[in-house]
Amino acid sequence: MKKNHKAICINHTLFKGVVVFFLILIWGCKKETQNETPNPPVPFQGFYQPEHFPSSEQPFDVSKINEKSFALGKRLFYDPILSRDSTISCGSCHIQASAFTQHGHDVSHGIDDLLGRRNALPIQNLMWQKNFLWDGGILNLELVAINAITSPVEMDESLLNIVEKLKRSKVYPQMFKEAFGNEEITSTKMLVALGYFMALFISDKSKYDEVKRGKAQFTEQEQRGYNLFKQHCETCHKEPLFTDQSFRNNGVQHFFTIDKGRYEISLISGDEGKFKVPSLRNIEFTAPFMHDGRFPSLMDVLNHYSDGIQNYTNLDPLLINKIPLNSQEKQDIISFLKTLSDFTFIRDKRFSEF
Amino acid sequence: MKKEFKNIFQILVIALALSITACKKKDDNHNHDTPTPQQPGETEIHLENRIGNLKFYLNESYVNENGDSVKFTMFNYYVSNFEFIKEDGSSYVVPKDSCYFLVKANDMESQELHFKNIPAGKYKGVRFIIGVDSLKSAAPLEQRTGVLDPATGAQGMYWSWNTGYIFVKAEGTCPGIPDSLQNKFKYHIGLFGGYSTPTINNIKKVELLFGQNIEIKSTKKPNIHCYVNPLEMFKTPTTFDVKAQPVIMASPASKTIADNYADMIKFDHIH
Ligand code: HEC
Ligand code: HEC
Repeated sequence: MKKNHKAICINHTLFKGVVVFFLILIWGCKKETQNETPNPPVPFQGFYQPEHFPSSEQPFDVSKINEKSFALGKRLFYDPILSRDSTISCGSCHIQASAFTQHGHDVSHGIDDLLGRRNALPIQNLMWQKNFLWDGGILNLELVAINAITSPVEMDESLLNIVEKLKRSKVYPQMFKEAFGNEEITSTKMLVALGYFMALFISDKSKYDEVKRGKAQFTEQEQRGYNLFKQHCETCHKEPLFTDQSFRNNGVQHFFTIDKGRYEISLISGDEGKFKVPSLRNIEFTAPFMHDGRFPSLMDVLNHYSDGIQNYTNLDPLLINKIPLNSQEKQDIISFLKTLSDFTFIRDKRFSEF
Repeated sequence: MKKEFKNIFQILVIALALSITACKKKDDNHNHDTPTPQQPGETEIHLENRIGNLKFYLNESYVNENGDSVKFTMFNYYVSNFEFIKEDGSSYVVPKDSCYFLVKANDMESQELHFKNIPAGKYKGVRFIIGVDSLKSAAPLEQRTGVLDPATGAQGMYWSWNTGYIFVKAEGTCPGIPDSLQNKFKYHIGLFGGYSTPTINNIKKVELLFGQNIEIKSTKKPNIHCYVNPLEMFKTPTTFDVKAQPVIMASPASKTIADNYADMIKFDHIH
């Protein structure tokens, strides 16, 4: 105790110096920003809760998202340094214009042109999800990326290696410092920063949302489609996220050798071939459809629900009699599904690579 | 005005200094100050791998219960959630975050578990789990430090596609396993019971009684010496045939191995 006290007395003047130095620094920064922005700056928008969404599900701390940590996450998301041979970034498979899916690929296309076994999921409204991936295998938003990074058919890189590469880089040490207050680069910080970036992928500005906010109206056809949707699809694709987050088999698959779906996580027999009910937000941009990307168009999907379903093992009881729909009704449903397209989201400059 | 500022700074600096000394004091506690009976003590649990009376070595052949000769190249496991059982049956629960341990056969230091700040008193046993509890398995990344950090501490003991940790990882060879598998066995046993939907729970609770009371206090640091037998994973209740199932990861069969290894850690003596 005594020893410490002494040490502090000696450093007293030093401390004062440091404090003054910081004050000057802060003052200096203030001045700079004032000078550089003649127009009032657009304030950085962090995480927010859309009023018609349920409360969020993830324990991820979004209160720490700021301009700098978001910028770091964005840089990482679009940087192929995260893959073994620096060819693939997160953005290679999650393309903004396709609501962050890999447009045109039935199953994901990764490093060395290797194919995965599943269709890339959109990245949107992650904070409202209980779990991630088609089988719900991962519970935490900031841990999902490890799956892609370490998968031999996706990015095939190790977290430790990435940390080494980031440390050697010219830009990252400074960016980590700005984002987290110190220069130390760790895989935890890297994953959290990626999480900060993705947590702000909030899609709540589709026409559907505007209708819910009372700011727009469905056309007659959209309204017919909406009614049909509520009648036939709503139980599983529950509003406003368009998923009830359960795992179900909608009759697309009857042999489960390549992919047992939810069973691989739950190990409960009866879960073979069940997959997470996917959100239908931005569905217009995310073709092809289903976990294996088997259907190229929305009409193919509706034809499946009306005619294609077979009474396979573990088929959801709701679908045993298929969903009777004529072609007009299918058109109507599709026109409703297109009201879930959020052009603001897929064009939002904050999220885009360039 | 200037004077006032100066005072504020001084107060700030002193407050900072105080907080620093406050932190310091904690670690210095039992090193410098004169001991009193109420002061907490330390203890160590030594988890030594043994096959019967013999020290266990990686890359040595041992015959298991089924009569197969097995050689381990890796034997790692987690233990956590420790509590020391007091003489009156109540228990002292070790702060959870200070007691996650990854014990590795190729790392002697990892086999010594250190516990600080144990309330002075008499203890008759210890409870813990083999594995990582469900709460931690689902915790935000920033709360997973040390041996639980997926990239560093837990390397190889973390599943990237399925939430949770590998509790026990045993790899090695057995001549009876087909050449197509290079005679290799791989047992990666995890599964904490699921978060929203229940699945298999392979967390194993262990209670070791010392058969006597041991005293922990600031002047006495008992070493609790336990023997761990890796071959236990192949016997009781199920005599396991490695040739029939050389690879088990997240599958229902993992339960068989976990039920078997539940009793692999046994208390031996205190010194
Ligand atoms: C090779 C293509 C590929 C790359 C590269 C890739 N992903 Fe993915 N991503 C996928 C696929 C495929 C899925 C669905 C996998 C599954 O369900 O098993 C997915 C799923 C996800 C999900 C879960 C979405 C949900 O709703 O469950 C997130 C989040 C995600 N990826 C983020 C990332 C991040 C961050 C990176 C970069 C570190 C990344 N991905 C790199 C293909 C890729
Ligand atoms: C019993 C529950 C259930 C019902 C009812 C249901 N779906 Fe689905 N839907 C699912 C599941 C589960 C999947 C994912 C299946 C898979 O990939 O294996 C899915 C997938 C989809 C997809 C593909 C999404 C993507 O991102 O690939 C579309 C589109 C879709 N459903 C539309 C509809 C429409 C429209 C209706 C009503 C006519 C409907 N669904 C009714 C459970 C259901």
